[in-house]
Amino acid sequence: MGSETMEATVDQHRIKDHDRHDTPSGIKRWLFSTNHKDIGTMYLVFSLLMFLVGGSMAMVIRAELFQPGMQLIDPAFFNQMTTMHALVMVFGAVMPAFVGLANWMIPMMIGAPDMALPRMNNWSFWLLPVAFSLLIATFFMPGGAPAAGWTMYPPLILQTGDALPFLVFAVHILGASSIMGAINIIVTIMNMRAPKMTLLKMPLFVWTWFITAFLLLAAMPVFAGAVTMLLFDQFFGAHFFNAAGGGDPVMFQHIFWFFGHPEVYIMILPAFGIISEIIPTFARKPLFGYNSMVYATASIAFLSFIVWAHHMFTVGMPLAGQLFFMFSTMLIAVPTGVKVFNWVSTMWRGSMTFETPMLFALAFVFLFTIGGFSGLMLAITPADFQYHDTYFVVAHFHYVLVPGSIFGIMAGVYYWLPKWTGHMVDEKFSKMHFWLSAIFVNITFFPQHFLGLAGMPRRIPDYSTQFADFNMMSSIGAFGFGLSQLLFAYIVYRTVKGGAKASSRVWDSPKGLEWTVPSPPPHHTFETAPDVK
Amino acid sequence: MTNSSGFRLVGKITTLITLMIMTPVVSADRVLNLTRGITDTSQSVYELHMLILWICVAIAIVVFGTMIVSIVLHRRSRGAEPANFSHSTKAELIWTIIPVIILIAMTVPAAKTLVVMEDTRDSEMTIKITGYQWKWNYEYLGTDIKFFSTLARASNIARQVGTGADPFSVDNYLLDVDKPLVVPVDTKVRLLVTSNDVIHSWWVPSFSVKKDAIPGFINEVWFKANETGIYRGQCAELCGRDHGFMPVVVEVLSRNEYAGWVAAQSGDAPADTPAVAETADEGPATAAEISGEDLYNVNCGACHQINGQGLPPAFPSLIDNAVVSGPASQHIDIVANGRPGTAMIGFASQLGDEELAAIITYERNAWGLDSGDTVQPSDIAAAR
Repeated sequence: MGSETMEATVDQHRIKDHDRHDTPSGIKRWLFSTNHKDIGTMYLVFSLLMFLVGGSMAMVIRAELFQPGMQLIDPAFFNQMTTMHALVMVFGAVMPAFVGLANWMIPMMIGAPDMALPRMNNWSFWLLPVAFSLLIATFFMPGGAPAAGWTMYPPLILQTGDALPFLVFAVHILGASSIMGAINIIVTIMNMRAPKMTLLKMPLFVWTWFITAFLLLAAMPVFAGAVTMLLFDQFFGAHFFNAAGGGDPVMFQHIFWFFGHPEVYIMILPAFGIISEIIPTFARKPLFGYNSMVYATASIAFLSFIVWAHHMFTVGMPLAGQLFFMFSTMLIAVPTGVKVFNWVSTMWRGSMTFETPMLFALAFVFLFTIGGFSGLMLAITPADFQYHDTYFVVAHFHYVLVPGSIFGIMAGVYYWLPKWTGHMVDEKFSKMHFWLSAIFVNITFFPQHFLGLAGMPRRIPDYSTQFADFNMMSSIGAFGFGLSQLLFAYIVYRTVKGGAKASSRVWDSPKGLEWTVPSPPPHHTFETAPDVK
Repeated sequence: MTNSSGFRLVGKITTLITLMIMTPVVSADRVLNLTRGITDTSQSVYELHMLILWICVAIAIVVFGTMIVSIVLHRRSRGAEPANFSHSTKAELIWTIIPVIILIAMTVPAAKTLVVMEDTRDSEMTIKITGYQWKWNYEYLGTDIKFFSTLARASNIARQVGTGADPFSVDNYLLDVDKPLVVPVDTKVRLLVTSNDVIHSWWVPSFSVKKDAIPGFINEVWFKANETGIYRGQCAELCGRDHGFMPVVVEVLSRNEYAGWVAAQSGDAPADTPAVAETADEGPATAAEISGEDLYNVNCGACHQINGQGLPPAFPSLIDNAVVSGPASQHIDIVANGRPGTAMIGFASQLGDEELAAIITYERNAWGLDSGDTVQPSDIAAAR
């Protein structure tokens, strides 16, 4: 069989036979699913839902900030909105989307029949709706939802009402889900690769996820520990973070950011992988510097554990500490730069076409790099004293997260959706979605750089009149961006329902095993390991 | 390959948005860049900011320029044939080593500035700053001068939800206080920053000073203003509901004027001292005019809310409250001395007997409570 094409390895009769006893229909198919494709789909649908929920919160925030003065909501509710927007987007939208893509693609990219631990895979998905039910239910509790920011700094977080334990337990459950997902991905990649798929032959998406999974394993337990300490402070008379009891409120920030900084790389490394798949396909040229891409990703992951205190330069660290964290933070620019240079070199002297996935990938390289530049500026400690906790920071991390992570996810969805559904994506609509998103995201976030430099603090529901113009601009951009995403939801729905038939290769000359199976792929793929060149 | 009608629509929307944006933009006094400030450190910080910004711009021109050239020239629609190169150790080394050199060059001036900023020795005066939800307390160490600084009345009224007040009609909306911090020019002022409740952050952009106020810890920072004037900033660390409403205002006076200001402070209770210059607020002039409602709204309203309903569970309602409906003596005790372990601070040191009596009388009779109790200043004096 090895010499035949991969499509021939899929035995249609066996698939049908298998489906009959293994794949229940209706709700049971999803509730009890152990299939990486179905679970991937559930992750992605859940993520899209949370993206719209978190996005609606952003709309409330931008509506209140549309002009100076308090028009719509109470400041306390505003704080609940900023806090929940961040939690929902980070843990509900971005992370599950990446896990969904990993579920769908990693087995197909390494020639494995499924994830290594399919039942755990089911469990790690179904924990998510549980966690978010707890979290979103806090809106209806006395004292409302958590309002101390997603960073949950004590002592402020301890002023939360009944929501606090629900927040803590939601984080525990999310952590358990992420850890199980990470273990599953690591075990799958280590054990389930097709023969001859050596580590340095793996697609970069697999590599970046492999490294991300280790970050998750290391970071999530730290976060769970930090919120558990909050729980103990609040209900069991502990004084971890209470100076009057011998504790230290700043210690929470150290623990939180020891998780939090790797977390931001958890949200970007898989996007690096997606972009590294897409650019070579549409430049029709192999990825430049594959090995250095892998090493750069590993370096970024390592460095992400020794830069955390750059989030807290103003807490009053010793001079030596500030210098160390400034140097280590600036160092991250080096491997990140290598990645950007490699992407650009991949395009150089290629034969580029600009289908929707490529448009998103190009926008990613441009706009993520802008976010990288503002990150470099933030690393300069004395300058950070001015930037810290202003809209400059808001602009920075939205540039790396929205046109960074989220554009990365959308690029991946447009790239692989024809593979998943067997239908080509409508080019007119998807390009319109791209242009609307790319324009509005800049109208939303670019002016926020100016707001921050001019002195507008973040997380405020109302502002001095000198900030009025740029806030209005930012709000208009945000409404436009938000509405454009409804178009995205519609395009996905439409593509699932129908459209031009996709071939198994979908694009001109994509590389990788996923393009050797039919579109849509049968429920089970690579039951016999494919032959890797 | 490109869809022209899609582009046309995008073009139309872009034009519309540009028009919408440009209309307000051209009219107002916008600030685009970081302030240069009026201290030596803020100047150095500004220069660092500009240096790193220009480095980023230079790198951006190279990277984006290459990308754009590639997008324009190396496209299939122009008949570009793909090359097949996929690695170059030389290139990788170049774009690893050059950034490292740029970064090391950048850290030198940054570290120098940082060392200067951290050196709080040889200060001529020290002010202790304590953050409260949601106001600042300034204590001039070695003197009797100590006062609270809260959001100015005009801003405080205009910022309530649904008042419909026009923020543009308020001078320095949200950036004005009842009583600013006053310091002399050309003087190295050391600040000791701490907090009474949650973490705040004291920030004045013109001094390039931003330091977290952390309960149980004291942070040190300093500035030396080179020019007189009024400088405004805000709390920079999320500290709860009214985080956006605790501005910092510093008035830098000439040394002579400052000496006069200090002399005027001595001996009086803080509430009775005339506030300084233009930032002053027209507060109640005499005890006879003291309104319990006004005092309550300024001092208590942020937590217990103007409508008395509080923000439970952190800040209890006063309407359905055993202390308010119970004996007056207990009520007076809590308002005057605070409740340890909670956010409720004692107001005895901030407010006079008449003012406390007015507030407590108001609390016991407002929001339909109508207890008929009248608390006298003498009751407060007795309880102190």
